[in-house]
This record gives sequence, C-alpha cells and structure tokens, in this order.
Amino acid sequence: MSKSEILGNIRRGLKRGEASTEQKASVAQRLSRHTRNLVPQRAQLPHEEQIKLFIEMAKEAAAEVFELESIDDVPAICNQWLTSHGLTHIVTGSDSELLSLDWSKAENIATEQRVAQVGDQASLTLSFAGIAETGTLMLHSRGESPTTLNFLPDTHFVVLNRSDIVGPYEDAWQKLRESTNGEMPRTVNMITGPSRSADIEQKLQMGAHGPKDLIILLINR
Amino acid sequence: MQINSPAFKENARIALHDVNLQKALGNLKAGFPTKRAAAVARMPEFEQLRDEGTALKNHILENLDIYLEQFEENVVKNGGHVHWCRTSKDACKTILDICKEVDAKTVTKGKSMVSEEINLNDYLEKNGVEPIETDLGEYILQLRGDHPSHIIAPAIHLNLEDVSDIFHEKHHRPKSSDPAVLMQEAREMLRQKFASADVGITGANFFVAETGSTIIVTNEGNGDLTQTLPKTHIVVTSIEKVVPTLEDMTLFLRLLARSATGQEFTVYNTLSTGPRRAGDQDGPENFHVVLVDNGRSEMVGSEFQEMLRCIRCSACMNHCPVYGAVGGHSYGWVYPGPMGSVLTPKMIGIENAGLLPNASTFCGKCESVCPVRIPLPKLMRHWREDEFSRHLSPKAVRWGLGGWAFFAKRPALYRILSSSSNLFLRLAAGKKGRIKKLPLASGWTNWRDMPAPSGKTFMQQYKSGKKD
Ligand code: SF4
Repeated sequence: MSKSEILGNIRRGLKRGEASTEQKASVAQRLSRHTRNLVPQRAQLPHEEQIKLFIEMAKEAAAEVFELESIDDVPAICNQWLTSHGLTHIVTGSDSELLSLDWSKAENIATEQRVAQVGDQASLTLSFAGIAETGTLMLHSRGESPTTLNFLPDTHFVVLNRSDIVGPYEDAWQKLRESTNGEMPRTVNMITGPSRSADIEQKLQMGAHGPKDLIILLINR
Repeated sequence: MQINSPAFKENARIALHDVNLQKALGNLKAGFPTKRAAAVARMPEFEQLRDEGTALKNHILENLDIYLEQFEENVVKNGGHVHWCRTSKDACKTILDICKEVDAKTVTKGKSMVSEEINLNDYLEKNGVEPIETDLGEYILQLRGDHPSHIIAPAIHLNLEDVSDIFHEKHHRPKSSDPAVLMQEAREMLRQKFASADVGITGANFFVAETGSTIIVTNEGNGDLTQTLPKTHIVVTSIEKVVPTLEDMTLFLRLLARSATGQEFTVYNTLSTGPRRAGDQDGPENFHVVLVDNGRSEMVGSEFQEMLRCIRCSACMNHCPVYGAVGGHSYGWVYPGPMGSVLTPKMIGIENAGLLPNASTFCGKCESVCPVRIPLPKLMRHWREDEFSRHLSPKAVRWGLGGWAFFAKRPALYRILSSSSNLFLRLAAGKKGRIKKLPLASGWTNWRDMPAPSGKTFMQQYKSGKKD
C-alpha cells in the first residue's frame, strides 16, 4: 500500500507513469557498468608511491604502521607492543595465514580464535586492501574473520600486504568484486585510523567505542 | 521531537542571551569552517566533485522509483526485508512490530536524524521497548532528556561542565573536567549494553541499488557495534538516500567527509548487505530496511525537488551566521540551519515553520559551501512567497508590504513620501546623524543607533544629475 503510494507520488512528480522498458534497461545498464566518477589525481600513482602515500595518510589518521619483511614477524611485533602496554591476550581471525603463525616465542601472550567479546584486549585480522588515497583499510566479513574483531577489542592489529595497496577506493571495489565473484559480503568495513569523537566541546578525543589503537602491520609481499 | 518552530523568535532571543550556549557555539565557529577549508584546499578537484555530485543526484531523482525498486530487489535477494513507510507513524509502527517479533526489551541505536524526525525513541519507550543511544553526543542528550541541536554534532550546544554534571548524576562517579575521562566513562557504561541489546537500529548515509547495501559513516564505531552485536539489525533511512553503484557512493563519500568535519575520510565507513551468511560467526540474523517517505515523494517534481539532493553534511549550518548566533534548538525541530529552513516547513507545515525561512540573512554562504549545490536561499525565498500568497505572514509584514505597494504604484505620492521621510529622519537625528529611538523600529534602535540618510533621495539626485 505505502509502496505504491510512494512510487505513485514520485511518478506523478516526474510526470510519467511506470518507467518504460527502455528507461529501466538504461538504469540496469548503468548499474552493471560500474562507471567511475572523477578519481582524484592524488590516488593515481605508480604502486611504490601509492604505498608511500598509504603510510603517510594512515599515520595522519593516527594509525601506527610497522613495516615487516614477512608475515612470520607478526607474533614478535604483537608481543613487543602488547607487553610494553601491559597486555597478555589476543584474539585472532582463523585464516590459514594467521593459524600458521608461530607464537611460541611470544611466551607471555595467549592467543585464541573466536568472535570478540566485551573486555577483549586485542585482536588480529587480515585486511583485504589498503587504499592509498586516505590511508584506509578495507576488511570484509568471512567465516574466518568475524566483524566484531574489528570493533570490540581495545587494540586492533591488521595485517596488510604491500601488494594489496591500491590507489583510489574504486580500485578496491573492483578488487572486491573480482575476489568475491560479484557477491557482496555481509559487511565491508573501511577503516581509517582508530575510533574517536569530538562530541564533548568539539575537542577531539581518541578511542570512543571502537579500538583505541589501530596498528597496521605492512608485509613486504 | 516536539515541534517548537513557531516560537523561533522567542527561542532566538533567549539563545542570544544564553552565555553558555554562546560559548558552545564559539566552538563550532572556530572548528568546522576552518577544517573544511583546509580539507577542500587539499583536494584540487573538489569543485569538479561537487558538479558531478550535483548532476548525479539529479539523475537519481529523475529515476528515483527505478532505483528504489532495484534496491529492494537486491536486499531481498540477500535475505533482508524492505518496509516502505509513508508517514512517521507507519515507520514507528513497523519498527515496533519488528522489535516485538523478536521480543525485544532493549534496542541500541546509532545516530540517526530520520529516527529523530519520526520521534522513534518516544514511541518505543511508550510501547515498552527501551532505546539506548550509543553515539557519545546522543548518549549525553538522552541522559539529559535533551534533543540534538546539530545534525552531525548533536551536543554542540553543551559545554564540558554540562556533560560532567549529567555523568556525575547518572553514573554516580566523581566529576571530571577531562573530556578523555568522560568519554572513557561513556565507553564503559555502553559496552555491556551493546552486547545485551536485542535489536540494533542505525540510520544510513546512503544505500546502494546495485548491491542492496546500506552504509553508515561514523568516527566512533558505535554504529558498527550497534549493527553487529544484536540478533536483528534495523536500518531506518529516507528514500532520497539511494545511490546507483558503489562507485557513485564513493563520489558522495569524498564530498561528505570533507564538507562535514573537514576530514579526509571518516574513520568508519561500513556497508551492510543482508543478514549473517552461512559460515559467518557473528553479525545479525535479521536485516530490515525501513524506508521513510514523510513527504519526500511529494517534493519530487515540486519547486523543492533540489532539496532532495541534500546529503546531510551540515556544511550549510556550520557556515550560517544565523545558526552560529542562535544555535540549532532555536529552529524548534529536528533539522536546523539553512537546510532545516527549507525542509522543516515541508515536513511540519509552513504554518508551523514560516519563521524559519524568514530568518535568513540571504548572505549566500550556505549555497556556496553546499557540496551538492542546493540553492538554499532560492528555496527559502520560495517559502516566503508561498507563505505570503497564502496569507500566512504576520499582519505587520502584510500591512507593511501592502502599504509600500500602495505608494509604489503611485510614483508621485511615493516621491513626496520618500523625500519627506528623508527630511524627517535627518531632523530626528540632529547633528550627530544618528537616531536613538525610532517608533516602529525599536527592534533595531533598542540595540543600536539608526544612521540617518546622509543626502538627498535617489530620485532627487537622479533629477539633478540629469540637468547637469
Ligand atoms: S543542504 Fe547542502 S550543505 Fe546543507 S546539509 Fe544538505 S548537503 Fe550539506
């Protein structure tokens, strides 16, 4: 009832009845073409410069960035960071790359794989892409990577391959469509720095409801 | 939210004398405009992006019905539900029904102006469901029994002491003058609520026809916890927020962050597409989108269609001298500032909100910063004309204008009147050239002296010019 009234009003406003087959076809075509609008020059760079820009922009958004030779270095850096902050526990995604990490040298750190819970100190997930334009991470939900890991723990470690850094957001959408066969995952998270709020007197404070620290582990791959 | 727009003048008068409010508004003026200018300066293509955004919105509105139906089709394909609601009441009832279906006791809420527009919190409360605002600003307001005064900085009218006082009263913890401590306190208070809520309600900044996704943009991450943890996620949004593709959404995201807070990009931009998938370990089991019309479909094809381009960035109010002087509450309803002065009369009736479009200084700043180039002054002028032609303007205005028209149609009389009043004003001003008190203009002369006309009238000068 409401639907037909709303659509009826819109059509009356547009001075036409239901859209013609041609109109619908032209919209359908537009939807399937994924034509890009203007992409800022800033994001159109050779790959090495994209990486530089990504790091610069992520840091500007108050993320910490560590450049690592290999994903095998992840436990050591997490250990170092967590220990120096007096923390002892990390929940990780269950992607095979994360499951195969060797935490035996990180003696003081307990790891486990599950969804996040209230009170969790830290989490570790993989990210799907890095977007140089604004230093943004793109993550998406999968069985191995529960979304709560990105939002509930106080500290979020994110592994990102240098090869997964793209220039503009548009390249990340293309990469996403290719990797999921055009199926949208339940949720896609674009994350630029740790959580914050300026709701009290317009003074910016870091760490509102999401992670207080966002640590990007950039892997040379 | 109660409608208090008819009292705009009274509200504004009180606001101008409210020392605390004036201090808080100072924070706004010092912040947003400067940050926006800096962010715009870093994006050389910004003006082009604005042109593209404007054109894209126009294209969307021309095909609005098709895009909305496409969106619905894709939400359903992904296992979600779409509810079309013509009025606030429809929308509230739909949301309550979904809450009842899952036997909800508490609902966490991300910030949503549409939910303010439909007065959702009151409705839920009256019907036995407790809504909990999770955006820090909205949370503070809810504790105070207050309402937002700005669309992206809802608690901008408050100062630190106000927050400290209400937290002390409600949280039973010591007062603090450190915003970081207060924020941490709110974080702790809300953690458990996020986890135990039965339903999460968020708004949507946009929704995407191509994929059936909705997107929320926040800096805090509260919206993400709201939509991920409870079993049911309800998105309440309005029909004009549809965009064709992810690429199109991207164009608006580039415009939105810079225009709103002067950020390069907002911290969290989160897309939701349907309920949890097979294999997912978390995420909601039910996904509902409540599409609110509330008068918007009638704006299509009307002189107010351009207002439907609005992406709720708040740049217009951040730069508005009237908003900056009197604050958002003076406007008396959900949408303040220039965009509210156009939108509010449409939604609550010009007879309730006629003072708003009249409060503009027509300086044009709002239009000059609007990312989708909405001609706000022109639209406000439409309202003024509409109001006048429907005999809704105050008697003083009608008589004044009527009197002026009488003389304007009689040039000889007009000239006699204008030259004699010129003389009268100069005599009244005496040597100093300033008038301390002027009958019928006390609204001006109570606060400042009125300068007397300094020479001859235009017609007198024109005539003498001709002779030379
Ligand atoms: S009218 Fe323009 S400037 Fe104002 S909130 Fe809407 S989009 Fe932003």
